[in-house]
Amino acid sequence: MRAMVYRGPYRVRVEEKDRPRIEHPNDAIVRVTLAAICGSDLHLYHGLMPDTRVGMTFGHEFIGVVDEVGPSVQNLSVGDRVMVPFNVYCGTCWFCARGLYSNCHNVNPNATAVGGIYGYSNTCGGYDGGQAEFVRVPFADVGPSRIPDWMGDEDAVLLTDALATGYFGAQLGDISEGDVVVVFGAGPVGLYAARSAWLMGAGRVIVIDHLEDRLEKARTFAHAETMNFTQHADIVVQMKRTTDFLGADVAIDAVGAEADGNLLQHVSSAKLKLQGGSPIALNWAIDSVRKGGTVSVMGAYGPLFSAVKFGDAMNKGLTIRTNQCPVKRQWPRLFEHVRNGYLKPSDIVTHRIPLEHIAEGYHIFSAKLDGCIKPLITVDAA
Amino acid sequence: MTPHAYTPTSPPLPETADELRARIPGWGADLDPADRPAVPRLQLDPGRSGAHWEVPDQQPERWPRERSIEHAMLTPVFGTSCPPKGVSGLIRRQAYARFSEARAAHWLLLVAADRVDTVGSTLGSWVTRRPENPLVGTGIRTELSHHGWSSRVGRDRADVGHHLLDPVVVAGPWLVGGTAVVALARAARRRRRSS
Ligand SMILES: NC(=O)c1ccc[n+]([C@@H]2O[C@H](COP(=O)([O-])OP(=O)(O)OC[C@H]3O[C@@H](n4cnc5c(N)ncnc54)[C@H](O)[C@@H]3O)[C@@H](O)[C@H]2O)c1
Ligand SMILES: [Zn+2]
Ligand SMILES: [Zn+2]
Repeated sequence: MRAMVYRGPYRVRVEEKDRPRIEHPNDAIVRVTLAAICGSDLHLYHGLMPDTRVGMTFGHEFIGVVDEVGPSVQNLSVGDRVMVPFNVYCGTCWFCARGLYSNCHNVNPNATAVGGIYGYSNTCGGYDGGQAEFVRVPFADVGPSRIPDWMGDEDAVLLTDALATGYFGAQLGDISEGDVVVVFGAGPVGLYAARSAWLMGAGRVIVIDHLEDRLEKARTFAHAETMNFTQHADIVVQMKRTTDFLGADVAIDAVGAEADGNLLQHVSSAKLKLQGGSPIALNWAIDSVRKGGTVSVMGAYGPLFSAVKFGDAMNKGLTIRTNQCPVKRQWPRLFEHVRNGYLKPSDIVTHRIPLEHIAEGYHIFSAKLDGCIKPLITVDAA
Repeated sequence: MTPHAYTPTSPPLPETADELRARIPGWGADLDPADRPAVPRLQLDPGRSGAHWEVPDQQPERWPRERSIEHAMLTPVFGTSCPPKGVSGLIRRQAYARFSEARAAHWLLLVAADRVDTVGSTLGSWVTRRPENPLVGTGIRTELSHHGWSSRVGRDRADVGHHLLDPVVVAGPWLVGGTAVVALARAARRRRRSS
């Protein structure tokens, strides 16, 4: 089969690979029909995630058709059109039993601090991902769902990570009616988080980034106020001014390890890899939220230390809430919101790139060329 | 006027709830926390996931699978992408066998293994029928086809400065490594001649 393959930092290509096989009685093999590149893939692509091996196939946002099922699979049949959450999880370990699907203890021998994620390095379990013609889907009775008939492919693929994560990020902000919510990052996750904040009754939503195309989307798609941080001498002071010197009630970090805005921090982490991730946006979130406020961290960071301003967080009495998104828990409610037209996930798709050209897709998305916000990968197994 | 932070009251909002509801489809639909899927936290309900086991069957271990020493056992299910191989594989096995996730040595060894893996695999590719082509693999040609210049110039982007560093980060280690190999070879030749 054809599959995207990692070759080293900033280099990927499409190779001929063995088709995945059933390794466990509850596995399924899914023939991928549509995939996406996520901001998280960029951490791997830039070589920021330890134990990312040459030869791995990335891709944790994908939908497809069930091609083969293991002997214990009961809930899916060959031919089913399915959407697959980015989490690999068992459903019954201590954590899954309590709904922490992104923190499953039964699927990742490589690390206990993170669960299983498709195509996301060996640190996240060593599963090949869905930027390929076929993918192994463990615990087929637990993770995947049949795509409802009324739902389009592009909406479905975005529900497997980006939309669910943005919605989850807004929930971790514990938003109450009238809250001022600031979202750092106008990528897919930030845009969806901003849009979701309104559903929870926010009174003002402010989105911060430095890419004008994305800020434009934040205004039109997410109905938010925007600030370009390069146009303010100090974005934290600007946030204080616009909130009558209180700070925002809730801040959401939708940037993560590659944050820009301070060359030293960015270069020491994203380029020289001396930190687990550049904490610029996280520090801005900590400093621009009000005392007693909440910081929701959706941005992903590596397992090494980062220079986070913890003293400020402590002195301000902040609540910091984080996690990888337990995707499937969001679905029943999100399906309603999509069906009611409250959320239209595919509105942020800017690029549709065939699997064979995936190296171009990675560069365009990574360097943010051509107004790219969300690139989808079209897969066409003959 | 004294800013509200110095007084007991909150600043007024620019729009009322009714105005927001009229402007933004779905405003307030999840106002009640009970409607939010993440609330309450930690609800014990093992049946909800669709699993029909209490402990999953064990996936066969086709080669010795490296695992964190913070785990009591090999997990029932695991990925099988890219088994450890060569020198990088030896480093990875050491990182897993000796250091927990709490230790920087664990991660630094894994990062070192990643770099060894990259260099080995890239050099290796040049003796196969599919040599690495950095022009294709880096997708750098999209700089021409997808407005590399106009996407960056005159746009107040914070990342443009270090984009210039990307080629150095990608090609730099190769140049340094290549120079070192040439220098070592020269030194060896000189030593052979002088002995
Ligand atoms: N928690 C989860 O489950 C989960 C799931 C998906 C993605 N993520 C993470 O969420 C983050 C965002 O993902 P994405 O797909 O939207 O990525 P993205 O790369 O498209 O978006 C990141 C945005 O942040 C902007 N940015 C950079 N520095 C900034 C700063 N200092 N302040 C404000 N904005 C800044 C960038 O310009 C970009 O628009 C990533 O770190 C990703 O790994 C987490
Ligand atoms: Zn993702
Ligand atoms: Zn589990």
